[in-house]
Amino acid sequence: MKSRIVLDVSKLPLHGMGNASLTWWGTCAFMLIEGSGFALAIAVYFYLMSMAPEWPINAPAPDLWAGTWLTILLVASVIPNILVSSWAGKSDLRKVRIGLVVMSLMGILPLALRIFEFPALHILWDQNAYGSITWVLLGLHTTHILTDLIDTLVLACLMFSKHADNPRRYGDVEDNALYWNFVVVAWLPIYACIYWVPRL
Amino acid sequence: MQSAWDAQGHSAEVLKHLMLGIIGVCTLIWLLVVLMLFAALVKRRGQAPLQGEHAERKTRLVVYLSVAVTTIIVAGLTLASFFATRDLVVGRDMDLTVRIKGQQWWWQVTYEGSSFGPRFQTANELHIPVGRNVRLELESIDVIHSFWVPSLAGKQDMIPGRMNVLTLRAERPGVYRGQCAEFCGLQHSHMALMVVAQDDDQYRRWAQAQALDAAVPDDTEVQAGRAVFMRKPCAACHTVRGTEAQGSSGPDLTHVGGRRTIAAGLLETTRGSLAAWTADPQTLKPGTNMPIVPLTSEELQQVSAYMETLK
Amino acid sequence: MTGVDRISPDVLDLDLQDAEVERHLSRTWGTSPGFWGAIATVDHKVIARRYIATAFVFLILGGLLALAMRLQLARPESRLIDPDRYNQIFTMHGTNMMFLFAVPVMGAMAIYLVPLMVGTRNVAFPRLNAFSYWIFLIGGSLLWLSFALDAAPDVGWFAYVPLSGPQYSPGKRTDLWAQMITFTEVSALAIAIEVVVTVFKQRAPGMSLDRIPVLVWAMVVMSFQVIMAMPSIMFASTTLILDRLVGTQFYNPAEGGDALLWQHLFWFFGHPEVYIIFLPAVGMVSSMLPTFVGRPIFGYLALVMALITTGILSFGLWVHHMFVVGLPRMGESFFTASSMAIAVPAGIQIFCWLATLWLGRPVFRVPLLFIIGFIVTFVMGGMTGVMVASVPFDTQVHDTYFVVAHFHYVLVGGAVFPLLGAIYYWFPKMTGRMMSETLGRWAFGLIFVGFHLTFFPMHILGLQGMPRRIYTYQPELPWSGLNLFISISSLILALGFLVFFVDVLRSWRHGLPAGPNPWGASTLEWATPSPPPPYNFLRIPVVQDRNPLRPEDKELPVAAGLRVDRRELLVTSVVEALPEARESSPQNSIWPFWAALATSFMLVWSIFSPWAVVWGAIPVAVALIAWFWPKGTPEDEA
Ligand code: HEA
Ligand code: HEA
Ligand code: HEC
Ligand code: CUA
Ligand SMILES: [Cu+2]
Repeated sequence: MKSRIVLDVSKLPLHGMGNASLTWWGTCAFMLIEGSGFALAIAVYFYLMSMAPEWPINAPAPDLWAGTWLTILLVASVIPNILVSSWAGKSDLRKVRIGLVVMSLMGILPLALRIFEFPALHILWDQNAYGSITWVLLGLHTTHILTDLIDTLVLACLMFSKHADNPRRYGDVEDNALYWNFVVVAWLPIYACIYWVPRL
Repeated sequence: MQSAWDAQGHSAEVLKHLMLGIIGVCTLIWLLVVLMLFAALVKRRGQAPLQGEHAERKTRLVVYLSVAVTTIIVAGLTLASFFATRDLVVGRDMDLTVRIKGQQWWWQVTYEGSSFGPRFQTANELHIPVGRNVRLELESIDVIHSFWVPSLAGKQDMIPGRMNVLTLRAERPGVYRGQCAEFCGLQHSHMALMVVAQDDDQYRRWAQAQALDAAVPDDTEVQAGRAVFMRKPCAACHTVRGTEAQGSSGPDLTHVGGRRTIAAGLLETTRGSLAAWTADPQTLKPGTNMPIVPLTSEELQQVSAYMETLK
Repeated sequence: MTGVDRISPDVLDLDLQDAEVERHLSRTWGTSPGFWGAIATVDHKVIARRYIATAFVFLILGGLLALAMRLQLARPESRLIDPDRYNQIFTMHGTNMMFLFAVPVMGAMAIYLVPLMVGTRNVAFPRLNAFSYWIFLIGGSLLWLSFALDAAPDVGWFAYVPLSGPQYSPGKRTDLWAQMITFTEVSALAIAIEVVVTVFKQRAPGMSLDRIPVLVWAMVVMSFQVIMAMPSIMFASTTLILDRLVGTQFYNPAEGGDALLWQHLFWFFGHPEVYIIFLPAVGMVSSMLPTFVGRPIFGYLALVMALITTGILSFGLWVHHMFVVGLPRMGESFFTASSMAIAVPAGIQIFCWLATLWLGRPVFRVPLLFIIGFIVTFVMGGMTGVMVASVPFDTQVHDTYFVVAHFHYVLVGGAVFPLLGAIYYWFPKMTGRMMSETLGRWAFGLIFVGFHLTFFPMHILGLQGMPRRIYTYQPELPWSGLNLFISISSLILALGFLVFFVDVLRSWRHGLPAGPNPWGASTLEWATPSPPPPYNFLRIPVVQDRNPLRPEDKELPVAAGLRVDRRELLVTSVVEALPEARESSPQNSIWPFWAALATSFMLVWSIFSPWAVVWGAIPVAVALIAWFWPKGTPEDEA
């Protein structure tokens, strides 16, 4: 079929930012998947709790300090995270580099604290269903911190490379920041489940 | 013999009526849809497509109407199901309680003591008095099974860690076959159960007899068979009340000779089938939890003679 | 933006003649020849064709298993197949048909058709697409390998615990099943993300939400269902493996776990799953029908709303697979009501199609025959669905051949019939050649008749008390006659499929050339040559109407101003599809393939040791970094 040109798109930008970017939508879809996963795991937690005559089963409630410090740390990390995102929005390469280094640290610190969280549960995964679900909740969230940390580290390297100064990269930084916010927000209900529900 | 249409129990009758009704309504709808489809197909063969606002509007009206009717019908069917479920309840008073434990791949049946008889255990055959409400407490020892005797009632799962309750009321005497309905492993196909509905007197007599210990043999072959049974591993898995055989991983054999079938509906109980089963359960029911116990042919003769007398 | 001066030295299609644009685009978007070129390609059409072909191979294999079951069940106490093999066979049949055929084939149709129907050049995230296919291929092959080694799963396609748990399923069979689920879920999730983002952001300018073809809507709803439902089965299969491998207690009632938890998780996924299969199929019907009646679809908005409603409702029905597990009565009534309610959106679609037929003039080509067969058959399956949705009714037919009949009516009648019609319909687009009208009629006739003769009697068997999943039955039961009849009829059905496959193979080589739009259809995929060039459209179409191709139009309105020396496509806004950016689309890459291999390696290893997740993740991470690291190609600039 013959075609008739009715629209000239040559003036459009070569990469959309924000919700004009495909990767932004991809990240959102990914968060929807992961979010469904977290919601489900929490539903399972309450399901098992409703089946059990006592909760926690054969264990004291977990110690609070490690989990609580981690929560504070995660919530605090949102501030530099939002800053990095806005610097990326302004294509400020120098600040983005600094920000990514900071955020890499902000990813490593909670992992260090996490090591203390598992023993603070006072139960092993194979003792009973309560142990299983708490370990899985914690493990699930740890993998999210870990993957985002790796993503941040790779991005940091990228931003120090010759590929750095490019709207596409800044978009990646924004998406990465968005995902980190998600990891933090997803933690809050899990924190409540693991540490506070057994105290109810 | 094992059919939802052959309703012989209270629940099965209620269900049958409900099912006939729903199937009737649905068949009618299906016919209507197919009719409309064919009308639409032949009507405009070779003609140009209908144009114009008028035709569209008329069609739209019909579509609206059909959707409205659909909504009303499904609401009606939901209500019908709801009321049928209510009708299944035969009242609060239970005349008899029986605890049935499903396991791979047979049924352990324990009767609670009641005005109909004492407490005792048997397997793979359930006797109930006609016209009485029998409360079944369904449990499982290993995996999920499902208790289903279609002529008497709908099915109910047996789930480890839980207990489900099903009420049976047979309206007429007879023997009704049932079969495990939930896939439970290798021999799910051979996990049947006979329900014998008898009148009160017959049931009482049967229950009294079941509660007794096993008969003591006087025949020498049977005595020898009994000795073999006690000497060999049989006794480790099976109970024969009144003897030292107290095993519980296999069915209670105290009155096995009096049951209609052995191995959960696999074979009719005869001396021959008892011998065949004892000689090689793994060929008759591959995978069953009863192992092959090596016996000489003489021992086999004796053991099957013994079991035949356990009426 | 500084864009204007930065791009000026680059080649824009504005200034070029069509022939020259074509030459440039072919080079930029093409797949390199040779083995590695084939492995590295990210062309959605190439990948989708492979996907479809692979899924149909799985259909043949699964169908052969069905024939094996029918052979065994033809006579009572038959000893052809021993119980262990039989259990593997029906588990493989169900798992294969659902996870390796039905879901992937619908996803594959989506990645073939969606970009063409919305007028773009590739899916969003083309490399993810390649990755998805490799994962699917490896996962499916592994499952069949285990079957060949007599070590296939044997616990049914929903693998109820505790039968599938550590105690009653020793060995690795069930772990393989659970891990295979993970493979197919990963691939399905990848497709879902691609489809959603492609449809949201890459539609041709002017294709506002109310101009999206119904099939594309169906694919979007399907994708959201995948996104929301798959995490549930991932969680379930992972915890099952954990129970089996490291001794967690999720499903062990003795330690606070629960057997029914598995059923809730499985069916929270499993029920939406059946609509994941079904909705694309009805989308195909809605998109094919207008072509064969010569008028636009009746009730576009109602159809789209019905799809969305079904998608949402499908998350509130899962308990109807658990009506006899002994849940509270109130809950059961709710699930009866919700299951029945789904008849309303289904009815709306049926009535809209009937209205379309009524107002139009039917042309009885093969795709229309399959649509007619679909309506007749699916409505029957829907009716039995409504029957089993009634709790009391279901207590008599649950886990019997009545349910087997129900789900084959809806799966084969409701999804495979439209799919076969769709193959007849889009085959010319995919290959450039028509399929045979004569063979097509034979295939349809044999399949339709064979299907009903095979599956209708199963209703009666179920009501006569025949449970499903039994490898044999005793001669004194009144089932032998019907079973023999069914088994013989299934040969007619198989013959029908054989004719279909023969037609496909024959037409591939020798079919009549199709031309761009052999059916005179009105959606965008027909605006480009058959088979479409690697870049899909020489110039991105501009949409002004719900039916962008009208027979009276001589010219296609298009957009220009894209670069031809790099892969570039248009990003548009979600609601109105107004152009927002000229986005680059990734180059071919070998890394998705390596990433898939590394992932597969990790997943299989993790059946044997939990440490696989730690050490196996390293090659995965390496492959992923290589995949995403910029290579300095024009696509990486902006
Ligand atoms: C494509 C797949 C597909 C589709 C579309 C459906 C559609 C439906 N299914 Fe089915 N179903 C399966 C696949 C599917 N199912 C599978 C695979 C299983 C078994 C899994 C297993 O155990 O292995 C199953 C099992 C299953 C069960 C569990 C049975 C049991 O195990 O005991 C139930 C119970 O409610 C059910 C209900 C329904 C209902 C109400 C619909 C409705 O969506 C149907 C709606 C359609 C219509 C009603 C027809 C059109 C409407 C009209 C013409 C309007 C007029 C209608 C009326 C007034 C009623 N299905
Ligand atoms: C989309 C899904 C789908 C499809 C298409 C089918 C197709 C068929 N199914 Fe199946 N079936 C299921 C999904 C499906 N099934 C599921 C989910 C289960 C439950 C499993 C479980 O309980 O766990 C099931 C269970 C099931 C059972 C019950 C088993 C049991 O409970 O013991 C039976 C029994 O008859 C059966 C039969 C058939 C038959 C005869 C076909 C036929 O339609 C098949 C027709 C196709 C062919 C016969 C292939 C033709 C190919 C050729 C002839 C070769 C051509 C060769 C070349 C071109 C090289 N199926
Ligand atoms: C390891 C345990 C074990 C041993 C040893 C064993 N059995 Fe069994 N037996 C079983 C089980 C389990 C069943 C139920 C099998 C089934 O139906 O699948 C059974 C069933 C039977 C039945 C059928 C009972 C019924 O009501 O249907 C008979 C009879 C029987 N065994 C006799 C014997 C004899 C005789 C011996 C010894 C020679 C023996 N068993 C040894 C476990 C055992
Ligand atoms: Cu027990 Cu099936
Ligand atoms: Cu369902």
